[in-house]
Parts: sequence; structure tokens; C-alpha cells
Amino acid sequence: MSYVKLEHITKRYGEVVAISDLSIEIEKGECFSMIGPSGCGKTTTLRMIAGFEDLDEGRIVVGDRIFSSSCDNFYVPSEKRDFGMVFQAFAVWPHLSVFENVAFPLRIRRLTKSEIKERTQKALVYTELDRYAHTYPNELSGGQKQRVALARAIAINPTVMLLDEPLSNLDPKLREEMRFEIKDLQRRFGFTIIYVTHDQAEAMALSDRIMVMSPGRVEQVDKPLNIYNKPANRFVFSFLGASNMLPAFVSDNKIYIEAAANAGPVANEIPSHIKGDKLTFACRPSEIELADAGGIKGVVKRKTYLGDIIDYRIQIGDVVLRVEMNRRKGRFNEGDTCCLKFNRLFWYGQEG
Amino acid sequence: MFSRYFKKIGIAEILLFLSVLVLVVVVAIPMLLIFWNALFVEGQFNVTDIIQVLSQKDTYEALKNSIIIAIGVTFFSTILGVFFAWLVSRTDLPLKSTMKLMFLVPFMLPSFIGALAWKILLSPRSGLLNKFIMNIFGLENSPFDIYSLWGIIAVESMYLFPFVFIQVSGALERMDPTLEESARISGANLFTITRRITLPLMLPSIAAGALLVALYSLAHFGVPAILGTEKGIYNIPTKIYEKIYASAGSFQAIRTGTVLSSILVISAGCILYLQSLVLKAGRFQVIAGKSMRPMLLKLRGLKMPLLIFSILYILITVVLPTVTIFLVGTLKTYGLTLTLENMTLKNIQYILFDWKLTKDAIWNSFYISLAAAFVTMIVGTLISYVIVKMKVRGKFILEFLGVLPFSVPGTVIALGVILMWSGKFGINLYNTAWIIFVAYIARYMAFSLKSNSAALEQVHDSLEEAARACGATHWQALRDIVIPLVKPGMVAAFFLIFLPALRELTTSVLLYGPTTRTIGVAIYTLNEDGETVYACTLASVALIIIIVGHSIIKRITRSGMEKVM
Repeated sequence: MSYVKLEHITKRYGEVVAISDLSIEIEKGECFSMIGPSGCGKTTTLRMIAGFEDLDEGRIVVGDRIFSSSCDNFYVPSEKRDFGMVFQAFAVWPHLSVFENVAFPLRIRRLTKSEIKERTQKALVYTELDRYAHTYPNELSGGQKQRVALARAIAINPTVMLLDEPLSNLDPKLREEMRFEIKDLQRRFGFTIIYVTHDQAEAMALSDRIMVMSPGRVEQVDKPLNIYNKPANRFVFSFLGASNMLPAFVSDNKIYIEAAANAGPVANEIPSHIKGDKLTFACRPSEIELADAGGIKGVVKRKTYLGDIIDYRIQIGDVVLRVEMNRRKGRFNEGDTCCLKFNRLFWYGQEG
Repeated sequence: MFSRYFKKIGIAEILLFLSVLVLVVVVAIPMLLIFWNALFVEGQFNVTDIIQVLSQKDTYEALKNSIIIAIGVTFFSTILGVFFAWLVSRTDLPLKSTMKLMFLVPFMLPSFIGALAWKILLSPRSGLLNKFIMNIFGLENSPFDIYSLWGIIAVESMYLFPFVFIQVSGALERMDPTLEESARISGANLFTITRRITLPLMLPSIAAGALLVALYSLAHFGVPAILGTEKGIYNIPTKIYEKIYASAGSFQAIRTGTVLSSILVISAGCILYLQSLVLKAGRFQVIAGKSMRPMLLKLRGLKMPLLIFSILYILITVVLPTVTIFLVGTLKTYGLTLTLENMTLKNIQYILFDWKLTKDAIWNSFYISLAAAFVTMIVGTLISYVIVKMKVRGKFILEFLGVLPFSVPGTVIALGVILMWSGKFGINLYNTAWIIFVAYIARYMAFSLKSNSAALEQVHDSLEEAARACGATHWQALRDIVIPLVKPGMVAAFFLIFLPALRELTTSVLLYGPTTRTIGVAIYTLNEDGETVYACTLASVALIIIIVGHSIIKRITRSGMEKVM
């Protein structure tokens, strides 16, 4: 049963169309992520759900209530939507103690003193902040500040939690830790998460479904595994991680890379969805193996140790491919000739 | 480190030495002389005299008035400044950017010219506006009396509120909008957000602006001199002026002056200290990271009334006085009605070309300001360089001397300069243009230091170090790298000194001689002598120079900044 519904939403800034005709349905209790490069409209979409931005076209419905509707010019104000929201820059009020920050939404709702105390205390315990109740934000680390923001958001027990790149300002280690904490909180409280990020790993780890966006349009909406294993197009493929993408052509029912036709065919059958004889070869660096024989030949141009993996640059014909190998399998050195075996290839049309 | 600078004495070292010398001679010694003269009589430490000076009725009346005026002006300026700042940065008021510029205009207008205009408009018997209102409503008595504490407070507030306005609107614009948005999503309405989140976060900026107003108002000369002395209302600066003028510089008068000056300096120091505490306590991290447009309060029905109110405010406080000055300045005789046949442009011709007194005043102001601005700019750059960039032992003394001028009111500087340069130490500059020149350097050093340090802080140390690594000497690095990069700051400093110096009144009024009137002094004395029309004519000329000057400075600093960016 879909809970948050965005129906045919369009948003313009002057001449620029930030979002055009976007429709999504998000289930109750789902964790739904929007990812994409900066400027793709993901934050704008979130802010429209929060009620900070009006719509140029379309409707937003949550449960059985209309929250935003452009044709009636009807908008439930942000403060009446009862959402939880966490911002990238923490937005923890520096003049209030941790306790007062978390208690703020409860005080606004005029709960009784004992209830405010109890619920704030509970939110602080869940976010492991109970020790810091009476400290001020300037004495906290970035991670702790973001916990305060989380505690403040869950204090009212919202049905929908909006997260706007909440982990981007944290260092990588803390980021990983916080992902799990957000997931735990969701399990405990059962709220729906709408999550904006530009970090695909973050989205993969947290989400039930991911929406990949490019400026002005939706590229793919699917489960994380499907997004990674079946990228709908070149954009999604390249956005989700390191990639090799080269123009290729079909000849005699075999596929050759344009700049390395002499090295031999990279595939011997034409995928069924490809029409015409021009196409794009797409392959993740980790899906290529270096071997002594078989496949097409290449020369090691550069070998870089990155700790547990080795980053190879292999020249075939006139182009250089990126290959990632486990550090135990890096027996080829710079200048060596090797053979490339492609474990998994994707094929896209040459445009789009 | 220190010895290395002394091994080779080059141009840089000599310039540095001269700059420090200027700071000591022009700022430090006159200040010390004031305290010395206040505390010691004939070389003897003497406190009973201080008490005696303070227990005279007219001195403590002046003290009381200064405090009442300062409190009143601070109160009204803060209300006006916060309200208008909020209006232009947090609501959907139409014409916001124009209104924002308009609210800064009172900053450019010299407040004593404003006071002159208000005197013409609202003096109890002959005020134009008073007469107009009496005619309309058939009143027996004039409704307003500008010659009162309330009049002084009102006029000063009109011209000082931009201090608060600038501080608060700047802080509101820099504030991270998500701080307010997160309160909103927590369920708070705009009124609650303003009360519980925005205002508390703005409190340090509001306090800083308010204290700045208090500092200026406490030591303000122009407005009380024009509106207060008529009815015997004196504040500390006008009292000092009156004492010294009435007694032609007698010892007793100077002594009263130094005691009152010491009080001014100490209270100014306290205010500045308080301000630094407030700013430090309020250094919340509210600066925006990834910034979105802040949410604006929809004024809806109040939109037009508030816009009309703002425009009326500007019309009454800026346009009306300015127009009054220009119109009265063209009258054939004061007291004639403002009709076209009573007006003449001969007045302008007369004061610009024919009358020696005004011709001298314009010329004096020009060359003294030009020279003082130039010297102050150079010295300020060098001193800022030492303070910001060099690791020299004992530089805290420079830092202290550098901030000293911030807290020294113009009247006090004039007094210190009189003590220093009237022959006691072998050099007598009294009644010459030099004494005004020296006083201007002391008065405006703070501006130069502020502007130059800001520019120097933008120039990262590594830029100069890279030049040194390429083989440039200290002096070459300074000349080829640092100075070109801080040039916009220096140019800004020059105009920040030149323009206010052109219209300076407070300091020059205590220092002028028969041939060394400045524009400000000439306007003031003409007004005192009842030559209201010529005072207005000269004021119109001054206003035109100021407006032209400000548009030039705007163009220069903008193009200069673009080059550096």
C-alpha cells in the first residue's frame, strides 16, 4: 500500500526545469533513496515533500491527506506536516542544550512536562546521547551533533523521516556507523525514510528502493541489487561506480571496441536488445581478470597498489582500460603483456 | 627572528620604524598627556581636583545628558535597526534590495547637517514644518520642539541606526537557513521561530550594533552642538568645547576637558570590551554550509502598509532634510517663503568663488583630508602588515596602539593634540593647518587599520613564502606580491578616511584658527552666527561632494575586488 504519493510533479526555477512530471509511490515503512549528481533535483524534491517549496504542477499525498496541490494552490504548512527531518549541516540550535534541542518539537506540541521529559529522555537514549543532555552543541563532535538532529527528528515519533544528505559532513568511518544506526532506528520506530544522497554506497546500504536521477529526469527506480546488476542505461551504470565505457561496433556478428579493433572481438554474440551495429561497451574494473592466455591481449601501462586491491591501467589498441585485481593476484608488472577476460559486460546504445 | 630583521636595515625596516613612530607620536603620546593632565597637577598626583571638577553643576549635568542621550539613542536605533533588518532580509517586502540601500543612506549623511535641517524644520517658533502643522490644524503653539533632549535623541537615532541595521542584516543573511527550517519542520510557526530561534541567535549581533551606537552617541558632538546649546543642553563633548572656547584655552578649562575626556575614553573602552565579550560569547556556528534561500515571511495584507511605512521613513529622515538644505541654501534671505522668486543660485557662486571664508574652508578641507588620508593609508598598511603577518616580539604593543584609536572620541583627540602641539614640547602648530592634519591621522588610523588588516588576512601567508622561496627579499616580496594584492584594501582605506575627513566637525572645531576653518567648521560657525542660508548652501556643496565621492568609491572598490578574485 503506497503511503507517500508524488503525482506528476513539475518544478521550475525561472526558465530552468528542475523536476519534470515526476511520479513516485513510496510504501509505508519503506526506505526510499534519491541519488544523483548535484543539481539533479533530488534535494528540491525532498524540500517539496517537506513543504518548503511550492509545486508548479502536481500533487503530494501522504496517507489519505493531500499535503501539496498546485492546482488548488493548497499547501499544508511545513510545521503542520508532522515529519522528522535531518539536514546536511546538522542545523542543531547552538543556543539550546542537547536536551532543549530534542525537547523543542515536543514543547511546540504543548505536551505535559513529564511527558516531554520522558520522551526526550527516550530519544536521547536511543541515539546514545543521554550522557550529553545538558551540554551545548559547540562542545559536541560532528557525529554527535548529527545524533542530536536525529534525536530531535524521532522525538515526535513521525511517520515519515526526511533525510537530506545527513552523513555528508561526517568522516568516512563515522558515516558507515551512522548508516546502521539510522537503519536500527527505523526498525524500532517503523517510520518511512525518504533519503537524499549523492553517495551510492550509502544508498545501497540503507535503501529498499533507489531512484537514480539525472538533471531533470528519473533514470531508474528499483531495488539496490537490481540497480547495480541491471543498470537501465549508461548514466546509471557510470553513476554507480568506477567504469570503463568505450564505443564499439558489430562486424560479422562479433563485437569489437572501436579504438582497439585489431586486438580482436570482445564478444561473440550480439545482445538481443541492441539494434544496429553501433553500441557502447561497458564494464566495471572489478569484472575484468588478467590471465596468461585467452581473450584479448593488452600491455600493463601502470600498476598502483591501493592497499587491498591493485589498480591496473591496461592498454589495448589505442585505449587504456581500468582493471581492479585482488592484491594477491597482482603478478603482472608494468610493461608485461597480459590477456583480458571479461566476466561481465553491459551493452548500451551509443546514445543515452 | 627579531635580530634577523635588524641585520640588514632596508627600506622596509625604515618604513616600519617610521610607522611605529607616527603611531606613538600621533596617537599614544597625546592620549598619555590627557590622562597625565587629568591626574596630575604641577607634577603632583591629585584626585581631589577631579572630584571638584565633577561636582561642578555644569559638568555633571553634561555627564548626565550624555548618558541619557546615549541610552535613548541606543534604544531607538536598536529597535529601528532590528526591525528594518528583519524586514529586508526575512520578509517578502517589495523593492527589498532598493530599500536595503536606502536604509544605508543615513550613514553617508553627516549628522550635523541633518541636525541643521531639522533645526530649520522643527525649531519651536520659526520651524517650517512646525508652522505648516500649526496652519493646518490651527494650533496656538508649535507641536514640536527640536531644541530638547528628545529632539537630540530623535535626530541622532535617525543617523546612527544603520550601525545596528548593517550588523543584524548581515548576520541574518549569513545564518544557516536550515536552523530555521528544522524548527519549522519540528512544528513551530514563524512567530515562534522568530522568538525562540532567530532572535536568540541574532542577539550577539544586535548587542554589538547597539554598543557601537552607544559608543558613537556618548561622544557625539554635531547634533547636540546644533540642537542643544541654544537651550543650554550640553553633553560631554559640547561641554569640553564650550569650556575651552569660553576661556580661550585657560589651564582650568583644559583640565576640566582632560577629566571629562578621560571619562569618555574609559567608558568607550568599557563599551568596546563589552562588545568583544558579547561577540566572543556569541560566536555560534550559524554560518551556512550549503545555503538555500532562507524562507521569507509572507506579509500578505501588511505588505503595502509596511512598504509605505518604510518609504515614508526614508522620505522623512533622508529626503526631507536633504531637500530642506538644498532649498534653504538658495534663499535670498533666511525667513523668506520657499517660492521660486525668492530663490537664487547666486549663493552657490558666492560661497564657491567670492567669499574668502567659505573658499578657504573648502580648500582647507580638501588638502588636509587628502594629505591625512594618504599618510594614514600608508602607515595603516605597514602597521597592519606587522600585526597580521610578522612574528615580531612585542607586537602586542602595536596591536594595543592600533585599537586605541577605536575608543578615542574626536573631541578627546583634539584635546590631546592641543596638549602635544601647542608649544609645550618645542613645536607649536596651534592655529595652523598642521594641527588638524595630525589630529585627522590619529582620528582615522583605526579605519585604515581595519580595512588593511581585513585585506591582508585574505592574502595567505604561503603566497609571500612562495615569493621568498623563489629568491625574493622581504622587501621584494612585499612590493611585488603583497602590496598588489592588498591594493583594493588600501584604496578602500584611503576613501574611508578621505570622505569622512572632508566633512569632519568634532575634531576640527576645537582646532581651527582664523584661516584654517574646514567645511564642517564653516557650516557650524555660519549657523552659529545666524547665517543659516549660507550654512545650508555650503552644506549642499558638501552633500554633493559626498554623494559623488561615494559613487566613485563604489566603482573603484568593485573593480579592484574583481581583479583580486
